[in-house]
Amino acid sequence: MLILLQQLINGLTTGTLFALIAIGYTMVYGIIELINFAHGDLFMLGAFLALTIVTRLGLEDAGVAGAAGGIVLTFLCSMGFCAGLNFLQDRIVYRPLRNAPKLTPLVSAIGVSFVFMGLGQIWKGVADINFPDVIPNQNLLGTDALRFTAKDLLVILVTTPLMAGLTLFVRYTKMGKAMRATAQNPTAARLMGIDVDRVIGWTFAIGGLLAGAASVIYGLTINTVSFQMGYQNGLYAFTAAVLGGIGNLPGAMLGGMVIGLVRSLGSQYVGEQWTSALVFGILILLLVFRPSGLLGARTREKV
Amino acid sequence: MSRQKEKVIAIAALLALAVFPLVASPRIGGEVKNILVFCILTMGLNVVVGYAGLLQLGIAAFFGIGAYITGILTVSQFPFQWNFWPATLAATLGSAVAGAILAAPTLRLRGDYLAIVTLGFGEVVKFAIKNLENITNGSRALNPIPAPDNLLDWNGNYRWYYYLALVMVVLVALLLRRLEDSHLGRAWFAIREDELAATCMGLNAAQVKLSAFAFGAALAGLAGALYAASLNQTGGPDSYTFNRSITVLCFLIIGGMGNLRGAIAGTFILMGYDNILTPWIDEAVQNSGAQWKFSTFKLVIFGLALILMMRFRPEGFFPSRRAEEDAAG
Repeated sequence: MLILLQQLINGLTTGTLFALIAIGYTMVYGIIELINFAHGDLFMLGAFLALTIVTRLGLEDAGVAGAAGGIVLTFLCSMGFCAGLNFLQDRIVYRPLRNAPKLTPLVSAIGVSFVFMGLGQIWKGVADINFPDVIPNQNLLGTDALRFTAKDLLVILVTTPLMAGLTLFVRYTKMGKAMRATAQNPTAARLMGIDVDRVIGWTFAIGGLLAGAASVIYGLTINTVSFQMGYQNGLYAFTAAVLGGIGNLPGAMLGGMVIGLVRSLGSQYVGEQWTSALVFGILILLLVFRPSGLLGARTREKV
Repeated sequence: MSRQKEKVIAIAALLALAVFPLVASPRIGGEVKNILVFCILTMGLNVVVGYAGLLQLGIAAFFGIGAYITGILTVSQFPFQWNFWPATLAATLGSAVAGAILAAPTLRLRGDYLAIVTLGFGEVVKFAIKNLENITNGSRALNPIPAPDNLLDWNGNYRWYYYLALVMVVLVALLLRRLEDSHLGRAWFAIREDELAATCMGLNAAQVKLSAFAFGAALAGLAGALYAASLNQTGGPDSYTFNRSITVLCFLIIGGMGNLRGAIAGTFILMGYDNILTPWIDEAVQNSGAQWKFSTFKLVIFGLALILMMRFRPEGFFPSRRAEEDAAG
């Protein structure tokens, strides 16, 4: 029973991390129907920037107050960096291709992904790098049987307000309304006076912002980064987005949780090495029986 | 380009490739042999993506299935120990069956969802290869795969596999060339151009797509069998990753989708860059005494090339006639 509970905790914390990245995939897909393969690698570059800042500031032995301040600064820098980079990526690469056939921006996204990965490789090399252990791995529960560490708490403390904020933003602000309108029908949105390109730019920036946050969390909790981390985690996050129903915001969050849980429960009850195959197996089965994902609306193919 | 001119160029290229191993160094010749094997894989992907217009992001899975069927049927650790030729046939058919099994329940999915299913399938196959150690030897791969016969010195001289691959490329290209003008080929094009109109003309869309999928998988399986045989081993699970699938997709798109010239040229251009040009420049840089390595930048340059290509010539270097007309407006 305790083991199950423990795996639920582990699964939900890693799940929120996938969810943060998944939101970037799902928002972009929802608006321009592009599978943005570069998103995972953006996440990797964010983590590299975080690594540089954390190392430069020497947060490992900066004391509690210093570390807390440094971590906040790292979050702000990585989030701003990823948001800006994602915005520029859209502005430079995808915007000229708005009316091109769908495969064209998709291949561009693969190209951007290679560029990011290559830059990461030049920046930090090909080996796995140790990310300084700033947050203590100390158990916050009074018992040894169940672990809920300071790292787990950090994940929840960062992700929950971000997701709540995003939900409120999309639901109540003017830009959020414009996003929903553009996702529904870009042409009609344009006719209603919405600057569609600006909306798309915002979407990329927000997706990048969340990926940046996720990258710092990843560094601080997993403590190992490498130029290939974007590829594997991006694939999981993308799967999360599809599981929840691609284009659907709560779906991405739910999908992230589901993938986190499948991975943690799978490693406990099926075997560590099979968890990835399990995740993708579930994805295939779900798409066969419910193609629109867990929460996606059943849309009819337009003729 | 007229049919006549096309034929002349094809024959000239074939002659050049036939003479090439007689003059090239074994290292470069070996690389070109590899490129020829991958040409078959790219042509297989071309059937699915280029002809039928279905985005397939897991072609490496069928490449791997072909390689491992060949491995399992030929290596000495299993009781089968078939000869290379029947094993290759089994690999081709086995991959086709795997493709059909995957495609049958998923073909009704909308374009992107189908792509995602193929991506997921690719990952499942990769992890199956990695984890089913009793069958696949995990990352140690299956080996040694015996040579096709004892008459020729297959392992001592790369040229035999080179010519085998070249003959296969020619056979596959001729087959596909004929298919393009056949009932089935036209059905593929029709589905790609307008599925609704095609079904209104009485085509069974599911059947047509399934055949494209199975056909593409079969060619990928054939390529996998050749790949494994020419390596003497199946290659570990890392040879069959998502990364390989999208790289082959890039071959196809850079070359020009929907036609054989494009598939073959794209494979030669990108693999040539990766496996021949990059090491050559690296060597030249090293000989000049400089401290940097070109291969460090190769991924960035490749990515930038893809982006620029999509921006300025999205139909590829050698577009099919139809794509050329579309681009001209």
